[in-house]
Amino acid sequence: MQAWVAEKWTWFSGQIYDNFIKDDRYLYITNGLKATLVITFSAVILGIVIGFLIATIRSTYDKTGKLKFANAICSIYLTVIRGTPVVVQLLIIYFVIFGSVNISKIIVAIIAFGINSGAYVAEIFRSGIMSIDEGQFEAGRSLGFSYVQTMRYIVMPQAFKNVLPALGNEFIVLLKETSVAGYIALQDLAKGGDIIRSRTFSAFFPLITVAIIYLIMVIIFSRLVKLLERRLRKSDR
Amino acid sequence: MKKITRFTAAVLAILMVLSLAACGNGGKDEKTKLIMATNAEFPPYEYYEGDEIVGIDADIMKAVAEELGMELQIEDMAFDSVLVAVQGGKADVGAAALTVTEDRKKNVDFSDTYAQATQVIIVKDGSEITGFDSLAGKSIGVQLGTTGDIYVEDVEGATIERYNKGFEAVQALTQGKIDAVVIDSEPAKAFIAETQGLVILDEAFTDEEYALAVAKGNEELLGKINDALKKLKDDGTLDEIVAKYIKAE
Repeated sequence: MQAWVAEKWTWFSGQIYDNFIKDDRYLYITNGLKATLVITFSAVILGIVIGFLIATIRSTYDKTGKLKFANAICSIYLTVIRGTPVVVQLLIIYFVIFGSVNISKIIVAIIAFGINSGAYVAEIFRSGIMSIDEGQFEAGRSLGFSYVQTMRYIVMPQAFKNVLPALGNEFIVLLKETSVAGYIALQDLAKGGDIIRSRTFSAFFPLITVAIIYLIMVIIFSRLVKLLERRLRKSDR
Repeated sequence: MKKITRFTAAVLAILMVLSLAACGNGGKDEKTKLIMATNAEFPPYEYYEGDEIVGIDADIMKAVAEELGMELQIEDMAFDSVLVAVQGGKADVGAAALTVTEDRKKNVDFSDTYAQATQVIIVKDGSEITGFDSLAGKSIGVQLGTTGDIYVEDVEGATIERYNKGFEAVQALTQGKIDAVVIDSEPAKAFIAETQGLVILDEAFTDEEYALAVAKGNEELLGKINDALKKLKDDGTLDEIVAKYIKAE
């Protein structure tokens, strides 16, 4: 038994050394993690901006019939972005749209994932706006608020609270989705694991490590979203 | 307390299912299939023609499988997964223009070599890069896990961009995103034949030999493959296959 444990331990520590310590290979993981976080946070912000704009345009059209042309453009955007895989969009943005430009790949990834996320966030926001009872809107107007004021002071704050869980979920999905950034030779967390794997030819440690790091990040961010939800729900009582 | 027992029961159940799955792998019948792992984006060694994978490696393996009386099954995967698949038993043989290196030898066993190769530098026409020494500080595209990838790690101040596919690195080069691509000589020729404005620098800075890889310690299969390779070398089949894909200059 003891010999068996000793043998496993030698194997285990050897694998750890080869995969993470030799040639400073852990740097692939830490630098990759940095890239993943930068891409995710920036893309989420870009996605929220795009999504908010689109949701506003679409629900204004739904409620008032104005902005017909802008609404049509938004519909096309939503159809195209939600109808194609994110990897393909990423490759198109890198090799086709920025085909002849030498641009930082982090920027390319932020744009690609931001545009992608924007489409989903737009629908999340829109569902939030639509979920607010029409009576709220009418009450606002009858108090003398303009359309914009009603939206800003009455509808949006309630809508935001309703969509927060879905928005948090979108953030988590995006965090994991950025793992395809390696397709454009960007060294994110998943690619970092792949590089180590290509050096050590060991499948277990690089993949499991990468998986655990993603998992820990998702757990942390889910907790944060829950905390925020609880704070916002205080006003319900 | 009840909760904990339930949780333990669930964990145990999962473990049992997993160990069952592991048993399933072990109890295989006598194999008649020879599974070859490759990365079919590396012309002329392996690439798609229609929905079939062809090329020097594919043809050699077909001949080897015939010698062994087995049926060849080709699995196409990312290059950096080829050796992992062989080592983990997902494939019997790795045939992907694999250069024999010391690091790789630690993880798999190599057959006798069957081809020579070098790493070359591809640049744009009129580039200021003239050889390995002038790569310092440039951005260099490579295919992840290839010997080119490992060599350029030593280039001072260079940014290394590791693409999943060799041709994507070449594409990035034509678009001016990177300054040079380091890749095996034969694929390099195949890639620049399809693109304009690229040249291969004359300086070849490594000498490498390709071999087939089998799982560490699988001496039975290795012996059979070496015998088959020797036979193919002696009767000229090997040269025929190479000549079919690489036109003499």
